[in-house]
Amino acid sequence: MIEPRHAAPLLALALAPLMTGIINRTKAFFAGRQGPPLLQAYFDLWKLLRKGAVYSRATTWVFRAGPMVGVATGAAALLIVPLGGEPALLAFPGDILLLAGLLALARFFIIAAALDTGSAFEGMGASREAQFSALAEPALLLSLAALARLTGGLSLSDLFRDITPAAWVENGPALALAAAALVIVFLAENARIPVDDPNTHLELTMIHEVMVLDHGGPDFAYVLYGAALKLWVLGALVIGVLVPWRGPNPWANLAAVVAGLFVLSVAVGVVESCMARLRLLRVPQLLTVAGVFAALAIILLRR
Amino acid sequence: MILLTLAGVVVLVAGAGLALLLDRRPKWASFAGAGMAMLGCAAVFAASFRMLIGGDAEAIRWPWSMPLGAFSVALDPLSAFFLLPIAALTGLAALYGAEYLQSWTGRKSLGMAWFWYNLLAAAMILAVIARNGLLFLAAWEMMALASFFLVAFEDEQERVREAAWTYFIATHLGTAFVVALFALLAAQTGTLDFDAFGPISAPTSGLLFILAVIGFGAKAGFVPLHVWLPEAHPAAPSHVSAVMSGVMIKTGIYALLRMMTLLGEPQPWWGWTLIAIGLASGVLGALFALAQHDLKRLLAYCSVENIGIIALGLGLGVLGYTARSPLLAILGFGGALLHVLNHAIFKGLLFLAAGAVAHGAGTREMDRLGGLLKRMPWTGAAFAVGAAAICGLPPLNGFVSEYLVFFGGFLGGVSISGHFATAGFLAVAALALIGGLALAAFTKAFGIIFLGEARTEAAGRAHEPGMAMRFPICLLAGACLLIGFFAPVTVLLLARPIAAILPMGEHAVDGYLLAMAAQLRWFVLLAAVLAALLAALALLRSGLLAGRSVTERGTWDCGYARPTARMQYTASSFAQPLVDLFRAVLRTRRSLDAPQGTLPTKSASLSTATGDTFTHKLFRPAFGGVTRLMERMRGVQHGRVQLYVLYVALTLVALLVWRLGVARP
Amino acid sequence: MSAWIDGVLVTLILTNLAVLGSSRLNACIRIIALQGVVLGLLPILVGEGAPTIRMTLLTAATMGLKGAVFPWLLLRALRVAGIRREVEPFIGYNWSVLAGLLSLAASVWLGGRLPMPETARSSLVGPVALFMIFCGLFVIVSRRKAITQILGYIIMENGAYAFGVVLLEEIPVLVELGILMDAFVAVFVMGVAIYHIQREFDHVDVDQLDTLKG
Repeated sequence: MIEPRHAAPLLALALAPLMTGIINRTKAFFAGRQGPPLLQAYFDLWKLLRKGAVYSRATTWVFRAGPMVGVATGAAALLIVPLGGEPALLAFPGDILLLAGLLALARFFIIAAALDTGSAFEGMGASREAQFSALAEPALLLSLAALARLTGGLSLSDLFRDITPAAWVENGPALALAAAALVIVFLAENARIPVDDPNTHLELTMIHEVMVLDHGGPDFAYVLYGAALKLWVLGALVIGVLVPWRGPNPWANLAAVVAGLFVLSVAVGVVESCMARLRLLRVPQLLTVAGVFAALAIILLRR
Repeated sequence: MILLTLAGVVVLVAGAGLALLLDRRPKWASFAGAGMAMLGCAAVFAASFRMLIGGDAEAIRWPWSMPLGAFSVALDPLSAFFLLPIAALTGLAALYGAEYLQSWTGRKSLGMAWFWYNLLAAAMILAVIARNGLLFLAAWEMMALASFFLVAFEDEQERVREAAWTYFIATHLGTAFVVALFALLAAQTGTLDFDAFGPISAPTSGLLFILAVIGFGAKAGFVPLHVWLPEAHPAAPSHVSAVMSGVMIKTGIYALLRMMTLLGEPQPWWGWTLIAIGLASGVLGALFALAQHDLKRLLAYCSVENIGIIALGLGLGVLGYTARSPLLAILGFGGALLHVLNHAIFKGLLFLAAGAVAHGAGTREMDRLGGLLKRMPWTGAAFAVGAAAICGLPPLNGFVSEYLVFFGGFLGGVSISGHFATAGFLAVAALALIGGLALAAFTKAFGIIFLGEARTEAAGRAHEPGMAMRFPICLLAGACLLIGFFAPVTVLLLARPIAAILPMGEHAVDGYLLAMAAQLRWFVLLAAVLAALLAALALLRSGLLAGRSVTERGTWDCGYARPTARMQYTASSFAQPLVDLFRAVLRTRRSLDAPQGTLPTKSASLSTATGDTFTHKLFRPAFGGVTRLMERMRGVQHGRVQLYVLYVALTLVALLVWRLGVARP
Repeated sequence: MSAWIDGVLVTLILTNLAVLGSSRLNACIRIIALQGVVLGLLPILVGEGAPTIRMTLLTAATMGLKGAVFPWLLLRALRVAGIRREVEPFIGYNWSVLAGLLSLAASVWLGGRLPMPETARSSLVGPVALFMIFCGLFVIVSRRKAITQILGYIIMENGAYAFGVVLLEEIPVLVELGILMDAFVAVFVMGVAIYHIQREFDHVDVDQLDTLKG
């Protein structure tokens, strides 16, 4: 029999690009524009998959491997990230570290692929990505460690199962701090405002977009899809903390979490509509703040 | 098995002698030196592997006509676990060295080089199996001396001589503490045989622990005693750097562990000391690695970082032991031990690859390289594997050992209360930061050297080395993958060494490790899923591209008409944001020759250099003070024999007075 | 209830760190005003049973003074004396925050060892009070301007107040009012003093006061 935990990864594979669509639609609404259709991300993927490719003469197999690793790690991460209180398809103690490892693996290859083109612009993006992710990593792991301390769970599935409304009543401030840290990491890792502006048109100011300037055709489709999966995975962590209510019906819980992810997308769109990107020098401070939040959560829980 | 190990040592010593005898015929000397080194290492490898999978511990004791000395050696699982990487890497590096040293034929004495290399190998092995303080010190000193001469191989260069002296002084300062340690032990117990050291009571054992941490930490490269590593490792020939960085510094870890098993009940503050050292070494090592432009210097700092991870593991292990949490103790010590093995593999690989780069392109300066992957596909691919492994990325071996330590930190933080939890969270935060910084450092190393386009003509003409150099590199890369994919089997190998450290039965340790292995099986499953996904995506991509237009152009240049390879991002520009963020610790020096005038005629330049803050701020002033003190005491030094006799006589009289008058029992 | 106390404590910690990391004097003053208001809530949350009238009045007075009067005085001094809006620290903002985190760790450790009366509803109140005192000291020591020294002094006073909340079942009105009056006079006098120093020397950098000695 198909259970929600079997369906969740497939659902994610299917719905992840929709989050981008919702974000863009929200931004269009706030700007008073019609905006692209909700399904635009799917159209883009379809278009790109049917194209040929142009490669730089400077590139090697690393350039071609980067996007594939991005999609593969994202899809593998879907197997261990739980949705809606149900355990994930694969749940085992220590999968938290594996999730961080998968994200790092994708980052390694995306950075390497950017450097493979030999372009100064892509090198610049790669350098920034390396800097920000180095600072985001402690915040991510510390906030997950805080949640683990709260729930006593050593696997993502145990950990998110025990974040319930009762836990919020008991340890609200700590949970809020951990959630805030996760939100900052979510925004930074997915290259959203206030860390990176996905809509910018000047290569000098970009981080993620500039790293994939040279990708085209199916490779670029992989890049976009991989980014969508990452958005879903990290979003699922945020929603796992922020939406603790569970009903008796696991399918309803799953639906609630998916709805939560869409609301999160709307929220991201709202943030992007009313905030500007931070100066690059400020971003490390923001990420440090995330780390401080997580550390405070741990101090609160240590008693 | 101990006899086979000793036979290996004998072969190595014989190889050393043979290489020296054949010095006149460099080719034969190389052949004999490298061949005997590989033979000896193979014997030791076989013995230690047999020991690990279930041989009985064996010991030999021959009398030695030295006070308190005895030729007492033993092979137990702990020794065997350290012998495994020592033998494997030293043997492989010998094969590599046979080709690498060829270009010095005629200019340098190859017989001498192989003499010291074989002696270094023999000394390392002897240090690990020695069970008597005096024998250990002899081997330890031999190891320092042999590696000193190997570092000074290219002694015509000023920098190399300076590096060699730095190493010599650092290692002997460390040895002074080791001597003090053994002297104190001998005074306490009346013997220098390891087996006869009884349990030592609390305040003394603490002092001994501190002496061991300083003495052995100087060899291992604990911050701030690491200053010799970034000098000595780049100066040595690459196969020697691989051995020194991959395994020689681990003898420091081994000796520390061995001492801890002898010193009796550990205290919580021992664990905290190790955690503090691990934190400082890990984070600072990664930061300084990131800021370097010389590939081998970067790798040397990265060794400091990995020693930090090992120290974190040991610290968690000690805390787990004192908190009566066997699982935490096993995770900490097991992770540290496995990281010793893994680091030997990938650091050996990276140093050997760095040698191949220097050999093929003529420089180790990252900013003069670039695009080497196209010219050196094998070395480049192996370097990529090593770089990913050293960053602790799944599914490679580095992830497995870091995972054990990391999981130990989580477990300590989640399930244990009091200050143990704080230590666990500290370890988690430190490991996360170290991981991120290491990723930045190694994407920089791999990206700037092997990807993009050649920045100089020499880099454009780079070539692959021959088979003798390529084979060890590829074999080590294979080992990275193998240990990663067979992680559940590998952790079970840890059972016997851990049982030698912790006072638990082998059976109990095995039980915990089986649970870990079950956990790691999930991880292997996911690694397999990842591989399958990658294969499917690659197939899909080639299917999609089949029959469509696939063309090659120049890199998109944002409309600029004349891009050159020199406009690529450089090593220093890649690292700049993080280096700038941590400038208070790194103290990078910039020298800027800015362009002047509206139409600059003279060429401008900017260069950055990151020296070692500890050298500049701590050791230089300290040694400067010592020098000034000594200069002031030069008045004592006249060169007149009569005066010296007077000094001796005065000292003797003073001692006599003190013994009979003041310190009378 | 303990979640509310935790919330207040977290806000207090975060406001302190924000003061350490902020580069604008205006922002610092507003953050400290917020800190004063939040701090006023603490006795009500910690106290057992329904708050008494005296307590409510006291709380209202504290909040009014710390949340409105002090900031108004300080902002006015800033405006009148024409002080530049930068904080001008001796120690950079990032390192200040780091120092703040270290002192937080130290005060959690110290607070765990201090003997605290049973009335403390949250074991973190003591450490946070200590932390605020450290932060106040740090601000006084590490910043250049006279006005930042007043800010540091207010933060320290807040810390002392928080300590009082832990130590005393119900704070004797007189003691508390005395402290408040002290602080008020201090802020007032220094506001005036700053104005005059400014007029005399065209700056208010305290590290240059040593040129005054004969």
